[in-house]
Amino acid sequence: MIDIKNLTKQANNKKILRGVDLQVKKGETVAILGPNGAGKSTLLKVLATLIKPTSGIVRINGLDLKKNHIEIKKILGYLPHSSLLYDHYSPLENLVFFGNVYGVRDVEQRAMKLVKDVGLSFFLNEPVKNFSRGMIQRIAIARAIVHDPEVLLLDEPHTGLDQGAISILNNVILSMKEKGSTTLMVTHDFKQAAEICDRIIIVKNGKIVDDFKIKNRNLELVSEKYEMQMEGVS
Amino acid sequence: MNLFRTALLLAKKDLYSELKTKQILVTQIIFAGLVIVVFSFAFDPANNTTKAVIPGVIWVIIVFAGILGLNRSFISEQRNDTMQGLLAAPMEAASIYFGKFLANFSMILVVELVSIPFLFLLFDFKFFGSLPYFILVIFLGSFGFIAIGTFLAALAANSKSSEMLLPLLLFPITTPILIGVVQATKIILTNMEKLPSAIAWIQLVSAYDVIFFVVCFLLIDYVLEV
Amino acid sequence: MSINLEREKAVLPGSGLTETRGENLSKVLFGASAISMLVSLYFIFIFAAEESTMRAAQKIFYFHVSSAWLAFLTFFVTFVFSILFLIKRKRIFDTYAYVSAEIGVVFTIIVLTTGPIWARSAWNTWWVWEPRLITTLILFFIYVAYIMIRQMDGVWDKKARLAAVFGIIGFADVPIVFFAIRWWQTKFHPIVFGEGPSQKGGGIEDTMLVALLVTITAFTILYSYLLHKGVSFENMKIKVDQYKEKLRETLDK
Repeated sequence: MIDIKNLTKQANNKKILRGVDLQVKKGETVAILGPNGAGKSTLLKVLATLIKPTSGIVRINGLDLKKNHIEIKKILGYLPHSSLLYDHYSPLENLVFFGNVYGVRDVEQRAMKLVKDVGLSFFLNEPVKNFSRGMIQRIAIARAIVHDPEVLLLDEPHTGLDQGAISILNNVILSMKEKGSTTLMVTHDFKQAAEICDRIIIVKNGKIVDDFKIKNRNLELVSEKYEMQMEGVS
Repeated sequence: MNLFRTALLLAKKDLYSELKTKQILVTQIIFAGLVIVVFSFAFDPANNTTKAVIPGVIWVIIVFAGILGLNRSFISEQRNDTMQGLLAAPMEAASIYFGKFLANFSMILVVELVSIPFLFLLFDFKFFGSLPYFILVIFLGSFGFIAIGTFLAALAANSKSSEMLLPLLLFPITTPILIGVVQATKIILTNMEKLPSAIAWIQLVSAYDVIFFVVCFLLIDYVLEV
Repeated sequence: MSINLEREKAVLPGSGLTETRGENLSKVLFGASAISMLVSLYFIFIFAAEESTMRAAQKIFYFHVSSAWLAFLTFFVTFVFSILFLIKRKRIFDTYAYVSAEIGVVFTIIVLTTGPIWARSAWNTWWVWEPRLITTLILFFIYVAYIMIRQMDGVWDKKARLAAVFGIIGFADVPIVFFAIRWWQTKFHPIVFGEGPSQKGGGIEDTMLVALLVTITAFTILYSYLLHKGVSFENMKIKVDQYKEKLRETLDK
């Protein structure tokens, strides 16, 4: 599904990614862990076509990222730190606008269903600017999946969410997974990573330093491997 | 065509959100009114020679009110990083540009529709010229100004002080339009015998519009590139 | 740290070679511009006939016209390198475009200061709203806008990309500005005025024309020297930045 070969990114002489190789199969849920400034978000942005790589090949669904970026964008759902929502639009209007841009059919029904799924149907027509951080994050998740993306790119989706919102988010991700979507998730939250992911990647200094599968929500394995990577160098 | 479909969606989104907040349009119209008042201090409206500056005043209003709108057009997408949402969506850079252009252009037309009659009224200007030609000149001039303005606004939005940068980029580049439309407006409003000369100016402005609209379409990919 | 730097040098064995070649070229260009400048001074002040009404004040005309030629040439060079940069995305093209624009600003300022001095003695006024003058003024503003884009903060390739786009738009604009202004000012633009045919075309004396051509050549050589020097300065800056980053990385480890 996703095939990255020798990906590098350099900004003003500073190397952010130095040769990332990664294959992700369809239907996998991958967590990307690593310290701050390791290049996790940059990796995600390259996949979301928001940053041009300095060198290397990225293929998604067999399509080259450079040549077929419009085709690729159609199957990507991207959720960064910021919500990507228009402040004075209601959740419904936001979702309808983005749904239309992606060419979703029956967009109003789809939008209403999504708002209901994230548990905000009471606020369907309220402007987003009055919402709390957690509510905005929930709408932002709905926005990212409005077009049923085959690949979901999430950048620290759990930050600032309460328990209820976290379980809603996890349900969304798991139900997307059942439909066969691939998910890449940058996170600092080991517990959630172990909860929903079946593969963990640890990134450090712009390189992938560890890559393993986990089963049965084995939180200890994740922490252990992470500690090992971080200690080994300093 | 996907390009026009998404462009129209984006323009509709901008205009609808303007309809909700009415921030930019109201500011633009009030600003236009203030410019008219300031001009009435500078040039005595009771004086007959003042009629000669009316064509210039019309374009000063359009340019300054237009800059206000252009400044907001891409800056407003920086809140919550919605620009990233548009760039990550399956739309060409050209359709982002075209959508923004349509929104800005319709807004400046509304501003003109309100402020120019207001100007004629306050300065007691009797309209003798040819109305169709006048509308044509206003339309073509605003088209070129907004086309290149939207493009440079996209460029300037990368800077932290884009409000200051945009006029510096925009005014030198649009000098030909401003010269052309002011001359054409002057002839049409005050001296209809020289109409062939006005038509020549209109042709120059149209040529500029076409050239720069095409150049902007070709180059916008590089401006909005990530 | 010093060991590290030396190792860097060893990694790039070719760089030393190109440096000496660049050094030689810069020496040649320096010598050529110095000599051609002296020659052009001779042609201007001794060889060329003195203008009958303006006397010595007319001599500034040679510098003025040559600078104006350079002001437009530099922008053309910026335009060409901007297109090359957008196609090839090599940093060197961007450096050339930038340095050329910087030199352009200097020569545009020279034009805009020598112009009024000439105008004062020729037309008895400091400034005339005449097509060539206004076009040069607008050109100056476009140059300044170009430089301001370069002053933005951000990564170099973003700045280079945006500046290149503006360089292309700006250059495409200049001829249209000129035609628009010329059209606008036709009534003030009779042949007796300014550097029209009375001075440049039919009216100019042979010796003056020779002196003018020599000065233009000298200025063009000076420009190529400045461009070469400026580019090597920029390259040094880039290299220092790279070394700094390398050092920082090794210190981080």
